[in-house]
Formats: sequence, C-alpha cells, structure tokens
Amino acid sequence: MTIGYKAASVQFQGVTKAFGPVVAVRDISFTIEPGTLVTLLGPSGCGKTTTLRLIAGLEMPTSGRILIGDRDVTKLPATDRDVCMVFQSYALFPHMTVLENVAYGLTVGGMAKPDAHAKAEDELELVGLEGFGERLPSELSGGQQQRVAVARALILEPEVLLFDEPLSNLDAKLRRRMREEIRDLQRKLGLTSVYVTHDQEEALAVSDRIIVMNNAVIAQEGSPHELYENPANVFVADFIGDANLVKAEIMSVNGEIAVVRIGNIERRLPCRGLSPGEVDVAIRPAAIILSNDTSVEGMEGSVLKATYLGNHIEYTVDSPLGELFVIDYQVDAALPRGATVSIDLAERGITLVLDEA
Amino acid sequence: MNKTVALWLAVGWAGYAVLPWYAIDDGFFGFAWFGGFPASIDSAPATLQVMDHGRAWLLPIGLALVAPLAVLWRGGDKPWAATVLMTAGGFGLAYTLAQGFAIGLGGWGFGFIESAFGELSDRQFGMGYGAVLVFGAFLFFLTQGMAKRGAINGDVFVVGSIGLVIALIAAFILFPVASILISAVQDNDENFAPALFFIKLLSRDIWGLDCLTSRLTCGIAWNSLLMATLVGAGTTMLGLAFALIATRTGFRAKKILRVLTVLPIVTPPFVIGLAVILLFGRSGVVNTFLEWAFDIEPTRWIYGLPGIWLAQMLAFTPIAFLVLIGVVEGISPSMEEAGLTLRADNWRVFTTVSLPLMRPGLANAFLLGFIESLADFGNPLVLGGEYDVLSTSIFFAIVGALVDQGRAAVLAFVLLAFTLSAFYAQRRWLGRKSYATITGKGDAGLHVRLPRRLTWTIYAAALPWAALTAVIYCMIMFGGFVETWGFDHSFTLRHYIEAFSIETGRYGLVWSGAAWNSFWTTLEIAAISAPLTAGIGLLAAYILVRQRFVGKDAFEFGTMLSFAIPGTVIGIGYILAFNVPPIEITGTGIILVICFVFRNMPVGVRAGIAAMSQIDKSLDEASLTLGATSFTTLRKVVMPLLRPAIVAALVFGFVRAMTAISAVIFLVSANYDMATSYILGRVENADYGLAISYSSVLIVVMLAAIILIQRVVGTRRLSRRDGQQFGLEGSAA
Ligand SMILES: Nc1ncnc2c1ncn2[C@@H]1O[C@H](COP(=O)(O)OP(=O)(O)OP(=O)(O)O)[C@@H](O)[C@H]1O
Ligand SMILES: [Mg+2]
Repeated sequence: MTIGYKAASVQFQGVTKAFGPVVAVRDISFTIEPGTLVTLLGPSGCGKTTTLRLIAGLEMPTSGRILIGDRDVTKLPATDRDVCMVFQSYALFPHMTVLENVAYGLTVGGMAKPDAHAKAEDELELVGLEGFGERLPSELSGGQQQRVAVARALILEPEVLLFDEPLSNLDAKLRRRMREEIRDLQRKLGLTSVYVTHDQEEALAVSDRIIVMNNAVIAQEGSPHELYENPANVFVADFIGDANLVKAEIMSVNGEIAVVRIGNIERRLPCRGLSPGEVDVAIRPAAIILSNDTSVEGMEGSVLKATYLGNHIEYTVDSPLGELFVIDYQVDAALPRGATVSIDLAERGITLVLDEA
Repeated sequence: MNKTVALWLAVGWAGYAVLPWYAIDDGFFGFAWFGGFPASIDSAPATLQVMDHGRAWLLPIGLALVAPLAVLWRGGDKPWAATVLMTAGGFGLAYTLAQGFAIGLGGWGFGFIESAFGELSDRQFGMGYGAVLVFGAFLFFLTQGMAKRGAINGDVFVVGSIGLVIALIAAFILFPVASILISAVQDNDENFAPALFFIKLLSRDIWGLDCLTSRLTCGIAWNSLLMATLVGAGTTMLGLAFALIATRTGFRAKKILRVLTVLPIVTPPFVIGLAVILLFGRSGVVNTFLEWAFDIEPTRWIYGLPGIWLAQMLAFTPIAFLVLIGVVEGISPSMEEAGLTLRADNWRVFTTVSLPLMRPGLANAFLLGFIESLADFGNPLVLGGEYDVLSTSIFFAIVGALVDQGRAAVLAFVLLAFTLSAFYAQRRWLGRKSYATITGKGDAGLHVRLPRRLTWTIYAAALPWAALTAVIYCMIMFGGFVETWGFDHSFTLRHYIEAFSIETGRYGLVWSGAAWNSFWTTLEIAAISAPLTAGIGLLAAYILVRQRFVGKDAFEFGTMLSFAIPGTVIGIGYILAFNVPPIEITGTGIILVICFVFRNMPVGVRAGIAAMSQIDKSLDEASLTLGATSFTTLRKVVMPLLRPAIVAALVFGFVRAMTAISAVIFLVSANYDMATSYILGRVENADYGLAISYSSVLIVVMLAAIILIQRVVGTRRLSRRDGQQFGLEGSAA
C-alpha cells in the first residue's frame, strides 16, 4: 500500500456533537490509519455527514477531541485544516470556469495565477478532463462535474480527503465506474480518505475499513469481510448485505464450534463466545436453498412471492422460522407462487449474532 | 490570527498616540487641524492629552491597549491569549464609553458623580478620529478573543462582523431611541420627572375625543390612528384590485401596471402631496375649472384629512400592490381547481377558497400601509391644514414657536409605540403564515377566472385610480413648465432657470441656480450612503443566512428594527443623542450619511437574505475547506453570485437617500442642505413652480442613476454567460 507523503491519521476521542436538543453524534471514538480509505456507512440521519463535517472543521464538537496526524485540531476552523472535501452537490462555483474552480485552492493560498493554472491543467488531466478547463461547470455532464470536484480537492494534496456521498447524483452505471476511479486515484496517491455513503454495496466495494453508524453511535467497525462475515449485532447483519434473522438454539459448544439447531436443521458454526441456549442467527438470502422436491430432508414451506430479476430470482417464503427472504440464482428452475417447497441451509452465509448493541 | 491582532494593535495605537483624540471643529473631513497638531489641546492625541493637558482619565485606555502586546509576543495558540484579548477589549470598550459619557461639555455628565468626586474643572468634546480607531481596536480584540474561545467555529471574520454590526446598531439605532425614552421622562432641564411624563403622555391634545361630541378636533394620536387605518384599508383594497387585474384578468396593459410600482420608489413622498395641491388646491386646476364653469366658490377642502388621505393613497397603493401580487400569485391553482371540481361556482371558489388563503397577505399589506402612513411626514406637512398628526407635531414641537423638547420626545414615544406594535404584529403573527400558501414551483393548474361581477367592480375601482395617478405624474413632470398654477397657465422655463441656471463667469462655469447647492449635496450624500447601506445590509444578511449563533433572533430583530421607526422619530432621536459628546455629529454631513445607512439597512438585509438563501451553502463550505478564509469566500464566491441583490440594495440605498425627508429635516444644516428639505421650504413659501420642477429633475436623475447602477454592477454578471442556474440550486448534502 502506498502512503502519500502528507497523508495523516484521523482520530476521534469521545466526540459528541449536539444541535440544541438533537444529538447528531454521540461519544464516538475511532482511528483512521494514514493512506487508507474508510467508509462511514449507515441509514439516513445517523450522523455520517455530521462526522465528516467535524473532520473538515465545518462543525465544532460539543465535547471530545479530534486529532489529525499528531495535532489536536478540535478548535481549528476549516480554513486552517489541511482537509479537503468533495460535496454531494459538488459545490462547484458556478461563476468560475472549470480551471478557475480547480485552481481556486491554490490561488487563495497565495500561488501566482499562471502557476496555479498550470498545476490545475495537470490535475484535470489526472481525472481525464484535459481540454475542459475553459468551460463553465454548467456546461459539463454530471460525471464530469463530479471529476472536477475531485480534482479541485486533490490539487491541494490534503492530509485527509473527504467525500460526502459523492456519487449519489449519478446513475447506477456511472456510479460503478466513478467509484472505481476514485478508489484507483486514492490508492495511487496514497491519500487518507473518509467516504460517506448509505449504499452498502458501494461501501463494500471501495473501503479498506467500514465504520457502520446507527442512531448517532458506531454500530461496528471493521474490514468489509469482517462486517459481512461476523456482524456484531442485528442491525449490522441486516444493514450489510441483507439477512434473515431467525431464532435458533445452541445445543452444545465444543471449543470454537457451536452446534446450532435452526428449525429442524443442525449446523456447526463458529461460536463467537456464546454459550448454549437461545440465540439469533443471521442467514444470508443466498444461503437458503429451495427445492420443489419435498422428499428432500429439510423444512417445509410455501412460496408467497416470486420476483424475476434477470440473473436471479427473489422469493418470499413462508416457513416454520417465519417469513424468509431468499435469493436463488437458478433462474431456469423458477418456482411458481404457492408452490410447496423444501428449505435447506447452505454451509456458509450463516452467522450467530451477538446480543443487540 | 496573530496577524490580525497585530493589525488592530497598530490601528489602536495610531488612534491613541498619533491622531487627534477629539473631534475637530471644522468637521470630520476638514484638515485645518494640521496647523496646531499635535501640541494644541484641540488636536492632541490621547497620549499628549494625558501628559500635557492633564486629562489623566484617558490613561487607562492606553493600559488596555498594552495588554494585547503580550498576546503578540508570547501568546501564540495559548489558551490565556483569548482571555487577555477579551478582557482588554471588553474593559477598553466599557471604560472608553464610560469616560465619554461621564465627562462632557460641562464637566461631569451626571449629578451623582459630581457629588461623589467633587467638581471637575476640565471638560471634553466629542470623540474624533483617534477615539474611533481605538474603539474599533477594542471591539475587534473582544471578538478575536471570543473567536479564539471557539465562538462560531472560531471564525475571526464572522465574529468580528457580528460584533461590528451589533455595535453599529447599538450606537445608531438603539442609542438614539433610548435617548428619546430618557428625554421623555425628563423635564426640559434634564431632571428626572416621571410625573410630568405621564401628564404629557396622557394630555388631552394627544388623546382627547372632543370631535365625537363637539366641533373641536380630536387628539393627535387618534388623528394619526384614524388616518393610518383609512390608508391601510384603502391601499390594501386598491392594491388587491390591481393585483387581481394583473394576474387574473385578460387585461392588456399589464406592463403599465408594473411601471406604476417603480414610480413611488423614485418619488419623494410629499411630491405627490404637492401635485395634489396643484390639482385640487384652492387655486388648483379643478377648483378653477369649477368656478369658471359653475360659479362654485373655491374652498380649501383638500387640506386636512381628505388631502393627506388622497396623497398617501397615491403614494402607498403601489406598495400594497407589490405585496399582494405575490400573495395572489402564490395561491396554488390546484386549490382553486379542487374547489371547482367540488361543484362550487367561480364566485363561491373566490369567496371560500381564494380570499381566505389571501387573508394573511391582506393583513400584511394593511399593516405595511398602516406603518407607512403613520411614518409619513411630507404629505401631512404640506396638506395637513388644521389636521395634526403625530409625525408633524413632533416636528413642530422642535422647530415651532413653542420649542418643547420633552413634548417632542413624548410624541415620538407614542408614535414609536404604534409603529412597533404594528411591526411586531406583522412579524410574529403573520411573518410565517403569509407564505404558507406559496408552494414554490411546478404547479401546473390554471387560476380560476374571476367571477364577472367582481371583475367589473375592481375595474371600476382601479382604472379611474390609475388614471388619477397618471394625471398626478403628468402634473409632476410638466407642472414646472407652467407660469403660475391656477392663474397663468402659459409655458415658461422660468422655474428651471431659477433653479438650475449655469452661467459662464470670469473663472469658468458658475452654478448660479438656487438648487445646485442642495442638489450636489444630495447627490454626494446619496452616493456615499448607497454603498455603505448595501455593504452593511448584505453583511448582516450573510450573517443571518449563513451563521448560527445564540441570540440570532434578537440580531435579526435589530437589523430590521429601523424599518419600523418613523423618520421623524429617528430624526429627533439623532438630535437628542448626537448633539452632545461623546458622539457629537449634528450639523455635519456624516450624520446624514449615518442616518440614511441605518434607516435603509433593512432593504439591503432583505434583498441579501432573499438572494443568499438561494445559494447553496455547500459552495461556501467548499471554499472554506479549500483553505479560503470566510472573508475571501464572501468576496470571491458569495459576492459574485449576489450581483442582483447588490444592485437592488445600491439602488434602494441611493434612491431612498434622495427622496427621504422625515428624518432629514431635523438633520440638515446650512452647509448640508438636502434637495427634499429645500423643496419643502419652497412649498412652504408657496413657490410651487420651482418646487415641482426641482422634483421632476430629481425623479429623472434617480431613474438615470438606477440605469447606471445596473449597467456598472449588473453587466459583469451577464458577461459571465449563462452559468447562473447551476449550483445555485444544488441540493444540500
Ligand atoms: N444543522 C443542524 N441542526 C439541527 N440538527 C441537525 C443539523 N445537522 C444535522 N442535524 C441532525 O443530526 C442528525 C444527523 O444528521 P446527518 O446529516 O449527520 O445525517 P446523515 O447520516 O448524513 O444522513 P443522510 O444519509 O440522510 O445524509 C439528524 O437527525 C439531523 O436532523
Ligand atoms: Mg448526509
């Protein structure tokens, strides 16, 4: 992994931000290593944007400390922090050309105009927009505007680069391409980046680490793999990659392995420090195997809903465990609504869930 | 941060040790003091005042200026630096003010200090350059200290701006108003006399109800209230009629209606009164005609309630129109269509849906007309006759045969109470509601056509009125070319020559016309105040739209307050407050500029708020995160996008400075006479010809100025091509 020569770590120590009676961020602590891309993920209103703005210095914490590198920046205003931000609305200055926009940070920092513009040209080339410098932002497509916004932030080679849902104004295809581009640039330049999104797929795709937030607190922090495989609680399990939450029972624990009874099916799962008794289990939709051959061993259920989605089919199935959401990639063997099916569970894609946090 | 401290320290020390501390006799911009500088007692800086002239009480100010040096040398980012700055600034401000008020022209300013410290042989004058700079330094030390403590995200510029605006509002709006209140509870020898206050306040000539039972007149307060109510109701109804015509009928000449709305902005209000006299006065056109045709004896019926009402209706109907056109347009057509689909006919839809939806807007227009009428000074002055209203009575209590400052203050107090109540009602009760029906955009329906009988009614009301307005403006534009109204209607250029003649003398051009002096003064004062008005108004708007801080509501109220203070009240407040040290500026041009800036500030604030709310906040934030200070952001990002609002604020600042009369008439002096007060003087001498020709010239000049301002400030925006739409409406993250 490259680490940019200026890339700095970001550290929150018990940071709280309240707007009057509304607590947007409650006592959160985390550390972001230099040169990594960390995603803040969570449902609407959970405090992601506020966290980002706290890093940028656009909000001052109500309590707690914020460090960038080794420096305490808690009271430092945005102007004096070496942090740049790419806004959801891009926030390109409509009265300036693309080149002036990109060079803005340099010129207000005191660089001579010709130098600043030369450097801005280079930056535009980096994001694949050479030759667009003289246009106004209004004369660009959404994706191009997005790149200008990135170039404008990159040009200052900030200690930390922030993205607030940078792709949410783009269509699905472009979103996929742009997120690859952003990730490549970030890797190449080794920038410390914090990326806000509420799209879990986007988060899994671009991040080194993910911080999942819920109701103003951190629900879980970890690598995409950890979060997906070992969700700390029901919320995370459900938010990342959908999950069916069902009640089950741990029959016995043997070292690291627990024998769990889910309906009439037994599975051996990592026990995660739990002891025998009632337990919540998260089952990924693709880990449920349906078959119309009812002679197969398993639970019996019936198809309530079937939605054809091209490369897969989504089923809602009534079962002894309750309603289950199932994804089936065998599009050819579609089951009709009302069909009686037998339900089996795959070996992977099932996790024990720790108590609600 | 430390650079800013250094800057203001330098300013503070320049003010304390270099420039004359006291105001110089020959005016703020006079430079004759250079002669005696720095040794003479008049022009010495504070340091020498302390050392050579025994004014030891100025010493602590210097000490407060020493403390911030510590911050500069050792402070850096240390926490104690904020405390030092705040203490030095706060103490400095408080002490400088206190000594200014405590020691005045006659030694101690307050009796109780004199009894405590004994008599003081020395005295001091109004504050001058030096004191102003030192004040600025203390103010910004205080705000920098607060910013360092983390106020408003630690933004030095924003905290400083808030401090500045608050200080200015306190000095030039609150202090004069407070002076009135103080003066109202004193007798004319400045002794505290609450009993006298109540006697004056409750006196019969203010509140008497004799007109109900006898032929005597009622109290002035009732006169004013009656007039304001009639005008408020009248302008609202006519304004509504015009608004309905403009939006809901097939009326062709809608453009002309829009022109009607510009005219009152560029017309000094009393000029309408003047035209009304020429039309309906004893020897006016109408009376002369009636006498010639029907032998009807001319009378003075126009003087008094009918005349004032007519003139104010003509002057203020366009304001109601402007307000109501927004209200009428804002009613969502789909609501009316919903009514129609529920089987109501046009008339029922109008009375049960449209009208109730407009109710808050109507109340708003009424209150505006009410306030304007109460505050109007020029029309009652020229047309009042025996009908006394508050605004003119205040004036006559100051300049009339019986000077009674206490009475003026009491009357001002009553008038202020009326307008502030109306203002308060308008904001608290209607401020939000009046826009409740405006959905913003994208409502595809069609407005329901007005019921026929209503259409005819409003045509019948509005069109004759429009015709009358047209006649009045013809009188204003062409009245100056007539020899003597009522007697000799032959064409002449005499009045224009008398006012605006230019001769070539031995030394080139001689501006020999009688009006030139006041004309140039007016232009100069208006040209100076317009940018200041726009500047402080937009700065206040920026703070209001973009910043969150404790006490923001009070701040907003303060910036809008002067809208509700009648000019006469401000005028007398300024006289009471600024005739004596520490701020002694009556008789100068400065007081006129300050008066205009703070009276017209609400217009700049409103224009700024409207424009700035449409600019996405993330533009500012992007600029901040890119390392620009908020001042740079304001300059490079916000200002260029605000061009239309800047134009509006400049135009209003300029035009209203040229047309104002009520406050001005208290503040003009021999050196600084303004066009409006000059014209009014001519009217009082019945020199109508010159008055009306001067007025028409003013109107033409203002129209020219509006076009000029639009060219200069507005074109740059256009040359930026069509990038306006984008980003201004970008969605907030
Ligand atoms: N300026 C503010 N004043 C008051 N409350 C605020 C302010 N900004 C945010 N909040 C509140 O703080 C909470 C967190 O807001 P935040 O913008 O951080 O959410 P978010 O996670 O970014 O949501 P989204 O995904 O919808 O953008 C919300 O409840 C919001 O209403
Ligand atoms: Mg957000």
